[in-house]
Amino acid sequence: MTERSQYFVRAMAEGLRDAMREDPSVVVIGEDVDRSIIGATRGLIDEFGAERVRNTPISEATFVGACIGAAAVGLRPVVDLMVGSFFYVAMDQVANQAARLRYMTGGQVELPIVYFTASGPSGSAAAQHSENPHPMLMNVGGLKVVMPSTPADAKGLMLAAVRDPNPVLYFQDAVLAGVRGPVPDQPYEVPIGVADVKREGDDVTVVAVGALVGRALRVAESLALEGVSVEVVDPRTLVPLDLDAIVGSVRKTGRLVVCDNARRTCGAASEIAAAVTEVAFPSLKAAPRRVAWEDVPVPFSPILEQRVLVDEERISAAVLAVLGKVPVEG
Amino acid sequence: MTEPDVGAQLEMLRSMLRIRRFEERLAVLFKRGKLPGFVHLYIGEEAVAVGVCSALRAEDRITSTHRGHGHLLAKGAQADRMMAELFGRVTGYCRGKGGSMHIADFGVGIIGANGIVGGGIPIATGAAWGDRQLGRDLVTVSFFGDGASNQGVFFESMNLAAIWRLPVVFVCENNGYTEWTPTERLTAGKISGRSVPFGVPGLEVDGNDVLSVHAAARQAVRRARAGEGPTLLECRTYRWHGHNEGEEAFSGQYRPEAEQQEWRERDPIARLIGGLTAQGVETAVIEQIDAAEQAAVDQAVEFAERSPFPDPDDALADLFAPNVRTQKGGSR
Repeated sequence: MTERSQYFVRAMAEGLRDAMREDPSVVVIGEDVDRSIIGATRGLIDEFGAERVRNTPISEATFVGACIGAAAVGLRPVVDLMVGSFFYVAMDQVANQAARLRYMTGGQVELPIVYFTASGPSGSAAAQHSENPHPMLMNVGGLKVVMPSTPADAKGLMLAAVRDPNPVLYFQDAVLAGVRGPVPDQPYEVPIGVADVKREGDDVTVVAVGALVGRALRVAESLALEGVSVEVVDPRTLVPLDLDAIVGSVRKTGRLVVCDNARRTCGAASEIAAAVTEVAFPSLKAAPRRVAWEDVPVPFSPILEQRVLVDEERISAAVLAVLGKVPVEG
Repeated sequence: MTEPDVGAQLEMLRSMLRIRRFEERLAVLFKRGKLPGFVHLYIGEEAVAVGVCSALRAEDRITSTHRGHGHLLAKGAQADRMMAELFGRVTGYCRGKGGSMHIADFGVGIIGANGIVGGGIPIATGAAWGDRQLGRDLVTVSFFGDGASNQGVFFESMNLAAIWRLPVVFVCENNGYTEWTPTERLTAGKISGRSVPFGVPGLEVDGNDVLSVHAAARQAVRRARAGEGPTLLECRTYRWHGHNEGEEAFSGQYRPEAEQQEWRERDPIARLIGGLTAQGVETAVIEQIDAAEQAAVDQAVEFAERSPFPDPDDALADLFAPNVRTQKGGSR
């Protein structure tokens, strides 16, 4: 398998390109997808033309909804929503329609749609351009949710998402756009619903999603110097969650820290901590800890933003806390 | 284009009577507590659904609304499976998961009723886009009410349909009331005029005259199929029943008696029958059609009542479609 170093967003574009080559019913729409400001659709118009790579007006509710109708009649639309917060503009069509139509009609229809977006904090983007709306969307029911952390996963999850016969929400943590990593050349799928152990360890399981995977790995490296062995598990998919993989890791280590790049209340960290506790309580040597944002909107000024978000220091403190090496905060 | 002949008009009458008798039965069943949830009846508006759907091909598509039974029957949904759905039975269109507001039959081009006012408009627009992108010459009609004409997606969808010249027809049923408030108190200008800034033709039609609705719809459908883009039709009509059955428990009197009486005298079914009789159709022929539709409703109720409820665990099925490709081939 030949591979080369590639940027995260270019790997997403490769996954899209692979999907469009294998199936002429795959189309990409969204705001400015022809020139692609963030880069995940850049170049597609040159290969596939303006009929399959379509710019939309700034009407999120309508183009998100239009993809439901288009998918119901046989198209496979992929939508670039550009910024995670823009999901909120289209919420009726996302939550009441896309997530519901198959179930409400007794399974009569398949809706193969991918809604992808750059999301999460990217540095002083303030409260309306820093959201990661995956927690509330995990709760809707009827939407698959993926959140890759590496360029290789980004490419393979994109192809898997487009091939999936259901609405898939694909979150690209914004700060990962320019991250490079090895990416295989040929088309491949990273299966939806399968977690990946990014680093093996014995003392603590750290579950992290999206951009926090890299931070957790750096924490693991530095704690290794102090003799702490951290296992880092990346769920990659939040719905459906690969709970077996996470529980398997916790049974080995006996300790759990869950990091989510979103607010704490009802977040992915809360869900994972609760689910693991329900099934693996006897294996736990300490109470699980969540590392997530403070429950406020993301503020603008860097010093305020830093106070709210998850950094390596907070992940590290949580790991040491479940080991009993520092007092538990709060 | 030729006018519908007597045979075609009798088919329209059959369809309108089917809706009327179906809805009348629902009113009775609701009062007797036979129907879970709540229902919104279409009585008085039959000419809109039938006039429009009679201008469509069987493969053409519609999206519908919370007041959708009429659209579904006119487009070819089966009364018995609809009734079973309203009874919450496993033989219903949605196996009991949808109920009145979510009936769909993709096999006859019904992409779904919708419980959200205006929710179906972007979906219809997208279906029209999908069909055109896939090289089919199909048309999609989006039915919605006067209330939906104040939703943002109505304007957004008209814009998208106009710039992409999509084969969609927007059919607004203006029945005079947005829930319990007179529409003119909530809606500026004429709804039919709202398409003008988009360069989309907008027509006001007598929604109680099935032949007028049919003629306007035929024109709009022809235009859409020819690649000339969308049309907006505002069909003026009136619902004889409340926003939902049982509203009198909380709504109070909000429509003048005289107004209701006036509209009942403009009954779209009586109007069509009058026209047919004037063309020499015998009363016995009409009575026969009516009796057959009444009997079909009786059979639908019997079918629903003898059908089983779903297994409780069916509640956990149908969330996601199985990924057959992955199961077969595995990941690459």
